[in-house]
Amino acid sequence: MTEARASLLRVRALSVSYPGPQGPLRALSDVDLDLDEHECLGVIGESGCGKTQLLLALLGLCGSAARVTGSIRYRGEELLGAAPARLAALRGRRIAMVFQEPQSALNPYLRIGEQLAEGARHHLKLTRRAALGRAAELLELVQISAPAARLRLYPHELSGGMRQRVTIAMALMCEPEILLLDEPTTALDVTIQAQVLEVLRSIRARTGVATLFVSHDFGALATLASRLTVMYAGRAVEQGAIGELYAAPLHPYTSGLLRSLPRLDLPVPLRLAAIPGQPPDLAQLPAGCAFAPRCPLVHPACAERPALRMRQGDHQVACHCELPAARIGEAWS
Amino acid sequence: MLRFLLRRALSAVPTLLVIATLAFVLLHLTPGGPFDSERVLVPQIQHSIEARFHLDEPLWRQYLRYLGDLAHGDLGPSFQYRNTSVNELIAQGLPVDVAIGGTAMLIALLLGGSIGLLAATRVGGWRDRLPMGLAMLGISVPLFVTAPLLILVFAIRLQWLPAGDWVSGSWRHLLLPSVALALPYTAYIARIVRSAAIEALASPFIRAARAKGLPSLTIVLRHALRPTLMPLVSFLGPALAGVLTGSIVIEQVFGLPGIGRFFVTGALNRDYTLVTGITVLYGALIIAMNVLVDLCYGWLDPRVRARQ
Amino acid sequence: MSPAERNDGPWRRSWRRLYARRGARWALALLGLIMALALLVPALSPYDYAAPSWTHIFLRPSLRGGEWFGTDGLGRDLLVRVMWGCRISLLIGIAASLVSVLIGVAWGTAAGYIGGRTDGLLMRTVDVLYSVPFIPLVIVLEVLFGRNFLLVFIAIGAVSWLDIARIVRGQTLAIRSQNYIEAALALGVRTPAVIWRHVVPNLLGLVIVYATLTIPSVILFEALLSFLGLGVQAPLASLGSLVADGANEMQANPYLLLIPAAFLAAIILCLNYLGDALRDALDPRHD
Repeated sequence: MTEARASLLRVRALSVSYPGPQGPLRALSDVDLDLDEHECLGVIGESGCGKTQLLLALLGLCGSAARVTGSIRYRGEELLGAAPARLAALRGRRIAMVFQEPQSALNPYLRIGEQLAEGARHHLKLTRRAALGRAAELLELVQISAPAARLRLYPHELSGGMRQRVTIAMALMCEPEILLLDEPTTALDVTIQAQVLEVLRSIRARTGVATLFVSHDFGALATLASRLTVMYAGRAVEQGAIGELYAAPLHPYTSGLLRSLPRLDLPVPLRLAAIPGQPPDLAQLPAGCAFAPRCPLVHPACAERPALRMRQGDHQVACHCELPAARIGEAWS
Repeated sequence: MLRFLLRRALSAVPTLLVIATLAFVLLHLTPGGPFDSERVLVPQIQHSIEARFHLDEPLWRQYLRYLGDLAHGDLGPSFQYRNTSVNELIAQGLPVDVAIGGTAMLIALLLGGSIGLLAATRVGGWRDRLPMGLAMLGISVPLFVTAPLLILVFAIRLQWLPAGDWVSGSWRHLLLPSVALALPYTAYIARIVRSAAIEALASPFIRAARAKGLPSLTIVLRHALRPTLMPLVSFLGPALAGVLTGSIVIEQVFGLPGIGRFFVTGALNRDYTLVTGITVLYGALIIAMNVLVDLCYGWLDPRVRARQ
Repeated sequence: MSPAERNDGPWRRSWRRLYARRGARWALALLGLIMALALLVPALSPYDYAAPSWTHIFLRPSLRGGEWFGTDGLGRDLLVRVMWGCRISLLIGIAASLVSVLIGVAWGTAAGYIGGRTDGLLMRTVDVLYSVPFIPLVIVLEVLFGRNFLLVFIAIGAVSWLDIARIVRGQTLAIRSQNYIEAALALGVRTPAVIWRHVVPNLLGLVIVYATLTIPSVILFEALLSFLGLGVQAPLASLGSLVADGANEMQANPYLLLIPAAFLAAIILCLNYLGDALRDALDPRHD
C-alpha cells in the first residue's frame, strides 16, 4: 500500500489554479503522488496537461498569481505554506530541477562555470575555487570532455546537447535527494536525446538520486522510470508499474496514448493512430471525467468525476468502466 | 577589442567628413557674408579682412584648408569674436555644458533607474501606476515649458534659487538648469528600466535561478541586472543627442555662457567657422557616445563580444 | 476569450482591446475635443489672431469679459491664438509624420527584403545620418535660408524617418525569414505581390504605432524651433512660439505661459498615451 510506505516525497490532492478572465484556470486538480528513495517515477501526458505545473508547484515556483492547495510532504515536512526561507533552503539543495529548454534555462550573460558554482557556493558554503572544482567533476560525470576548459565558456558557445548536460550537472551540484526532470530531451535531436538519456541513466546508477521524470515521450520514460503516472487535463488518471501499464492499460486515455505511438511492425495504414478531438479548456473543465468528450467508452456514469482507485496490485485507475485492457483497446479500433 | 576600437575609429572618419562637408557647404552657399551686417567698410579694409580669413580664395581651396586644419584638431579662427579661435570659444563654453549635462544625466540615471526598478517590482499597484503616469507626463512636457515653469516657481515666486546666470562652481546656479534638463530623461529612463526589468525578471533563466534556491538579491544583481541594462545602454546615444539640443534651450532660458549660446549667436551672425566647428564637435560627441554604447554592449553581453 | 470574440479579425480585436482601456478612451476624446475646438473657434470667434488692439492689452482671462483666455501684449485674443497654434502644430505634426513614415517604410522594407549589399548600404546611410546633429543643422539652415514653412517640413521629415526605417527593417527581416514567404515564393508568386500581400499587412500594426508616436515628436520639434524663434512667422503662431512669448511675460502674466503650455502638453500626452495603448493593443501576445 502506498499509504504505509514512508515516502521521500508525498503529494496529496495538489491543485494549482490561476485567475483567468473566464473563471479560474485549473492547471492541476487533486493530484496524488508518492516518490520513494532512489526511485524514478515517470509522468506522461500531452502538452498543457499540467506536467510542468506539477514540478513548479513542488518547488513553490508557481508565481504569486497561482492558488496552490493540497499537501506536499518532503520527509514528512509540509512544504505548502512553509516559510519562503525554508523553501529556498531546499531548492537546489535537496530538490533540484532540470528545465525543458537548456538555451533559456542558462543565463546567456554568465560563464557556465559561474552558473554551475553559484548554487554550491550558496548552499554548501564552498569557496569559489572548490565550487569550480566540483563543477568540473560534474561536467565529467555528464560526459563532457575537457571540463576545466568548458567552465570558462558562455552558454552560446555550447551545442544544444552539451547545454542540457550542463543543466543536468548544475542540478546535481549540491547532491540533491530529488531530481525533477522537465522534458529534458524534448528540445534535442534524436541521437542527442539518446546520449542525454544515457547520461541520466548512469547518474542514477551512481548516485541513486530519486527522480521525477516528466515527458510526453513514452520511449524516453521507459529507459529510466519504474513506475508511471498518466496525466490528463491536470489530473492523474492512471498509475502503476511501467511494464504493467504498457502491457495492459486500464484507462481509455492511456490505451489511446499508447496506440498513438508509431508501430513500425504493423502495415502502413495501421502504424499511427490518433486520439480524435482536443484536450479540454482548463478554464471550463467538465464536472465529470475530463476525458469523457473524447472517450469511445463514455457512458452516463462519466458525468460524475471518477476517483483514482486501486484495480490490480499497485495499478490505480480513475475510470468508471471496469473493462479489461484488451476490451478497452478494441474500443479504439 | 583593440581592433574593434580601431575599426570604429576609422569608420567614424567618413561620418565626420559628411558632417563637416554638410555644414561647410550649407554655410557657404547661403547669401550674405559674415561682415555684411557691419557698417560699410573701406574696400581696402574689407579686402584685408577677407584675406586674413582666406575668404578671397576659391571655395574649394577654403574647403581643403578647412579640412586640413580639422585633421589637426584646429577649428579655425572665429569670424565674430576677433582674435579668438573656435577652439578657445569651445574651451570656454564646454565646462558649463559638461557640468549641466553631466549633472542632469546623473540625476536622470539615478532617479529614473530607481523609479523604474521600483515600479517593475510592483506592477499594477499604485507604486507602479503613479510614477509611470508622471513619467508619461514627463516625456510629454517639453524642456522649454518646464524650464520657464521651474524658474517661475523656484526663482521668481519662492526665490530659493537664482533664475539664471552662471557662477562657476556654484551648485545653486547649477541645480535648476540641471534639474530642468534631467526631467524628461528621468521619465524616459524610468519607462525603459521598468519594461526592461519586467521582461528580464520574467525570463526562464530567472526561474531556473530561483529553482537553485538563490537569495532574491543575488538573483536580481547577478542574473537580472545585465539584461535590464541593455536597453538603457542603447538609449544613451539618443540621450546624449537630446542633451546637446536640450542644452541649447537651457542656455537660452537661463542665460548661460555655454556652447549652445555661441552656436545660436554664431548662426545669427554667420560666424562660419564657429558654427561648423560646433556642429562637428556635436557630431564627434555623438559618434564617441555610439562607440561607448557598443563597448558597453560587449562588456555586458558575451554574445555581442564574440561578434566584435 | 468569449465565444463571440473568437471569430473577429485581428483588427477588430485590437480595436476592442484599445477601447477597453479607459485611459485610451479619454485620450481619444480629449484629442478629438482639441481638434474640434481648433477647427471651430477661430471660425466662430469675433476676434482675429493677428490684428493688435491697443485698448485690450494684457487682459486677464475672464468668462464675463468675453476673452476667456485673456489677451497678450498686443491685445490679441489668446483663445483664438492658441487655437491657431493647435491648428498649425497638429497640421505640421500629421503631415510631416506622413512624409517620414512613407520614407521610413520604403527604406526599411527595401533594406530588409532585398538584404545583402543593398541592406548594408541603406542601413549604413541610416547609421551615418544618426550621427549627424540634425537639430543644430536645422537651426543653421533656418537662420541662413530664412524662416520657411517648407524647410521646417523637410528638416523634420529628414530627422524622424530614421527610427521608422530601422524598426521596419528589423520587422521585415523577421517576416522575410518566415516559412509562408518561402512558400509563396516557391509557388511562383512574384516578389511585388509577396511584399504587398504578406509583408505590408504584417508591418501595418507596427507602422501605425510608430506613426502615432512620431506625430508628438514632430510637434515637439516644431515647437522647439518656434520657441527659438525659428519656426512659424509672426503674427502666425504655433504652440511653441506662444510658449516662448509667454515665457517672456511670465513674471507679470503667467497665464500667457501656462495656457499654451497646457494645450501643448495635453496634445503630446494624448498622442503618446494613444501610441503606447496602440502598441499594447496590436501586440498579438495578448490573445
